[in-house]
Amino acid sequence: MTPQLSWYLALSAVLFTIGVVGVMIKRNVISMFMCIELMLNAVNLTFVAFSSFFRDVSGQLFVFIVMTVAAAEAAVGLGIIIAIFRNRESLDVDEASVLKL
Amino acid sequence: MAVGCAISMVAQRNPLYSAISLIGVFISLACLYVTLSAPFIAAVQVIVYAGAIMVLVVFVIMLLNVEQAERQPRRLRSLVPIAVGLAAVLFAEAVFIIFFVQASPSTPTRNISNVGLTSSIGAGLFTSYLLPFEITSILLLMAIVGAMTLARRGGLLPPANDAVARGSSPTVREGAGKT
Repeated sequence: MTPQLSWYLALSAVLFTIGVVGVMIKRNVISMFMCIELMLNAVNLTFVAFSSFFRDVSGQLFVFIVMTVAAAEAAVGLGIIIAIFRNRESLDVDEASVLKL
Repeated sequence: MAVGCAISMVAQRNPLYSAISLIGVFISLACLYVTLSAPFIAAVQVIVYAGAIMVLVVFVIMLLNVEQAERQPRRLRSLVPIAVGLAAVLFAEAVFIIFFVQASPSTPTRNISNVGLTSSIGAGLFTSYLLPFEITSILLLMAIVGAMTLARRGGLLPPANDAVARGSSPTVREGAGKT
């Protein structure tokens, strides 16, 4: 039974939805951050599936660039998290709802 | 396995367990990439995501000592069903788009091709996608500078020597940053 394109797309949709749910119900900044990473991975799975099924290399190049963006986002986001924690002594997003101190 | 790890990631209260579940998701996605004949992307997935990013996340979790921050009672508990409902709507939209837009043949031709090998990805990256590649390098440079600026001890702003171009509010911020 050969895998269909729809299976990969459905798995990607499930992962993206789980990521959205996590971003909405989590209160920890790091957990929300990891849920964002999960959503990026779901989009990557869609890209690779289309690229593999249509014999086009552009999708995998996009995945490469998305991974670079995710790495940059991880570095800057964790720096922001550390700065917030240093200022507020908390990782709760409700505590950080205002930008000023 | 990927879905199970993802659900476990969202369901965990401790962020460290959540991070380990997310590593499981990444590894299983890398296996899927191998089955999709994209070995380079699978290797990069394992190295960059499961290696670099998750090590960074786990390091920050250990550094910030999150366990004492999750004992508080949950506010906004009434919004959780609304979140799940909205996510169900989103998932229904995605399923609708996937299964009702049949504009393309969905059965692949499983022959051996060089799509997904490292050489073809490199050739595409340096010929037709050269400009996005360079923009990505500039983005990485900006990320390095931004992360160094943010994570520096002493707050978000430069120290008090160059107080020319700043207003009155950074004095308060520096006082908070030194504590």
